[in-house]
Amino acid sequence: MMKKTICFYFQVHQPDRLRVYRFFDIGKDSHYYDDFANKTILRRVAERCYMPANQLMLDLIRQHKGAFKIAYSISGSALDQFVRYSPEVIDSFKELAKTGCVEFLAETYSHSLSSLISPEEFKEQVIQHSNTIELLFGKKPKVFRNTELIYSDKIGAMVADMGFSAMLTEGAKHILGWKSPNYVYTNAINPRLKLLLKNFNLSDDIAFRFSDRSWAKWPLTSDKYVTWLSNSLEKDEVVNLFMDYETFGEHQSASSGIFQFLKYLPEAILSNSNFEFCTPSEVSVKHQPVAPLHVPFAISWADEERDTSAWLGNELQNEAFNKIYSAEKKVKASNNASLLADFRKLQESDHFYYMCTKFFSDGAVHNYFNPYDTPYEAFINYMNVVSDFLIRVDKTVPEKEVETGTIIAEKTKPKNKSKK
Amino acid sequence: MFGWEFPPHISGGLGTACFGLTKGLANHGVEVLFVMPSAEGDEDQSSVRIINASEVVVQETVKNVNDFLEKVQFLRVGSNLVPYLDPVQFSNMVTEQKEGQIEDYKHYFGEKYKFSGKYGANLMEEVARYAMVAGEIALKYDFDVIHAHDWLTYLAGVAAKKLTGKPLVVHIHATEFDRSGSNINTEVYELEKLGMKEADMVIAVSNLTRNIVISKYGLHPDKVVTVHNAVDFQGVESMDVSRGIDDKIVTFLGRITFQKGPEYFIEAANKVLKRYPDVRFVMAGSGDLLNRSIRRVAKLGISTRFHFTGFLKGTDVQRMFAYSDVYVMPSVSEPFGISPLEAMRANVPTIISKQSGVAEVLNHAIKVDFWDIDAMADAIYALLSYPAISQMAVRNGFDEVNSLKWDNAAARVADIYATLIKKAKF
Repeated sequence: MMKKTICFYFQVHQPDRLRVYRFFDIGKDSHYYDDFANKTILRRVAERCYMPANQLMLDLIRQHKGAFKIAYSISGSALDQFVRYSPEVIDSFKELAKTGCVEFLAETYSHSLSSLISPEEFKEQVIQHSNTIELLFGKKPKVFRNTELIYSDKIGAMVADMGFSAMLTEGAKHILGWKSPNYVYTNAINPRLKLLLKNFNLSDDIAFRFSDRSWAKWPLTSDKYVTWLSNSLEKDEVVNLFMDYETFGEHQSASSGIFQFLKYLPEAILSNSNFEFCTPSEVSVKHQPVAPLHVPFAISWADEERDTSAWLGNELQNEAFNKIYSAEKKVKASNNASLLADFRKLQESDHFYYMCTKFFSDGAVHNYFNPYDTPYEAFINYMNVVSDFLIRVDKTVPEKEVETGTIIAEKTKPKNKSKK
Repeated sequence: MFGWEFPPHISGGLGTACFGLTKGLANHGVEVLFVMPSAEGDEDQSSVRIINASEVVVQETVKNVNDFLEKVQFLRVGSNLVPYLDPVQFSNMVTEQKEGQIEDYKHYFGEKYKFSGKYGANLMEEVARYAMVAGEIALKYDFDVIHAHDWLTYLAGVAAKKLTGKPLVVHIHATEFDRSGSNINTEVYELEKLGMKEADMVIAVSNLTRNIVISKYGLHPDKVVTVHNAVDFQGVESMDVSRGIDDKIVTFLGRITFQKGPEYFIEAANKVLKRYPDVRFVMAGSGDLLNRSIRRVAKLGISTRFHFTGFLKGTDVQRMFAYSDVYVMPSVSEPFGISPLEAMRANVPTIISKQSGVAEVLNHAIKVDFWDIDAMADAIYALLSYPAISQMAVRNGFDEVNSLKWDNAAARVADIYATLIKKAKF
């Protein structure tokens, strides 16, 4: 009989936080980032999470002689910051890559929401990211995970066209209905793309609830957790445990015992001879898909709604989002590396997350990640930055040079305006 | 309930808040006797019975003057602190004062005292007389709880408590520290402290005020609860106005005093004008910092873009809101602050200082530190330049202020009453 599968994937991401950028800086100062905060936070998380967690993973892989396997997706934003502020983290990931038990996934370079608005930009970022991962870790990614596990039929089709064999997304209840997330599914448009669905109950037990003392099942031990896994896998085939890597040591502090839990978990799982660890690409080969999954509207792994409303749920977010993408054609026509770099950094989903008004009701998680007191502050700051950015774009690329139908058709208009 | 003013004769937010609260209490089945120093007779008595202290004759209900004074010794607002007295001199002085008090009392015995009910020069005297009359009223009427609003009425509240033993609630709408910064009037401070000390429960209009009460008046945190103010828009119509100019308008509306932070508004205006020319700033109101503000505006050379309207009354206030594109309340210390709610109700996006109680109940106003003129300027600029943010603030702000109901605040006050009455029975 075929063994049951446990599949771990960890997300590694750090945003480029913006500095306090006042409107009187517009047109005068085009450095947008809070280098001090970014450096401090990155080094702190490296010290508390990335370095000790990587070391533990390496030890576990060696201890279990190839039986323990995991996958990472590391955003380009995080990679760039590691190179700048904490290069030892890159080295330790390289060390993990060498074991052959670690798969690196593809995503958009800037942890962006480009899949929701611009197929061109999306593809460019995915290619940029895949190339970087290959360069660093020696293997071209075969499996794709989109920012915040955002997925729809169309996005899946786009990803299939780019040659990926599988994609990760959320096992959202409103999509699955009575179906179980513990099987492999396929994209509804292109059945060649396999879908791995996050088991959010079991994932969030570790990621969100581990140190929650008001949780009825606290404390969570490796043995208790394996019992839950066994229950889930009694009939089903695969449990996908997808979570932020920062769970280990950052969201759940070391003093909560999270590292001890992790240390004994593989052993506890492997003690059941019916279980084995697989990486996402192995899962997609090993398990036969059971059905196509229809997802007409985008889903994600965020909040109760499991949709995109955490980033694009109010008019502030929509306005900011549309403004930054309005510059896409000009930025690309400019061939200007620094404009392109800023364009990408300003697309990071985190900037839009800070403008979310849901946190007035939907609590703690939003506050934890948010450097701003209110969404209004986040919007004001972001729009000041984008205003400066758009001025730079317009200076570099005068209107007429952009070859798009609409703007060429309006060629005569600016003259009329100047007569006014 | 002891108050100092009641609509329509009001000089600030105190009367409006008392009105809203009593209306809310009426809806929760609480009967309110509202005592005020000087009633005109045209007060809205739909939900309260107003007792005009000016109409009350101090009578022989108090059987023994000495006994009365024993209980309410503090009535004479004066100070026993005279330096370098030996014990004999001190005892003489105390006796003298006591006699003086009896004299005072007899003097007004059997007479009515005509209160001005204003905030004039002999305010302290009125406060003391008010307390005396309060004692009379307390013995005459039947009630369960005494509720006193702001320091002017604390003495009255304490007098009523001493004579009847009924539980006392004092309600802090503002403290001396809000009004005067650190240069406080110690006489007022002492009265406030006395009222809070004698009270069985202290209600603060915001957590900001609650913290001041705890830290500056030394009250035990358990004794101080926050009940946020609300706002009653019944009968307020928003109006349409036509403007003579295309420029956007940013408004400050309030007393031009230290507490309201007018200078921060001026400095922020100056910063905005440097980058955004098509805007005008309006400072509506009057106060002791008006002249200094005008001089500062002149010195900055922005007088053609910065206008002073003087004190606005009645419908002019609504008109000013209708004219405004942005409303700013940069208060240095604002126990609550009703005006931003009025602005939001009139569909004006609003910036408020974090040092205001109202900031605790609003999500859809932009909040800045009063001293952070860069952030204030930035918020003004954003509301003028990025349509999405003002649209969102207006739409959500309107819903938000409409959900702040006096009924909810009154429910909490009624709960406090119930607890105190229960306690008093044991």
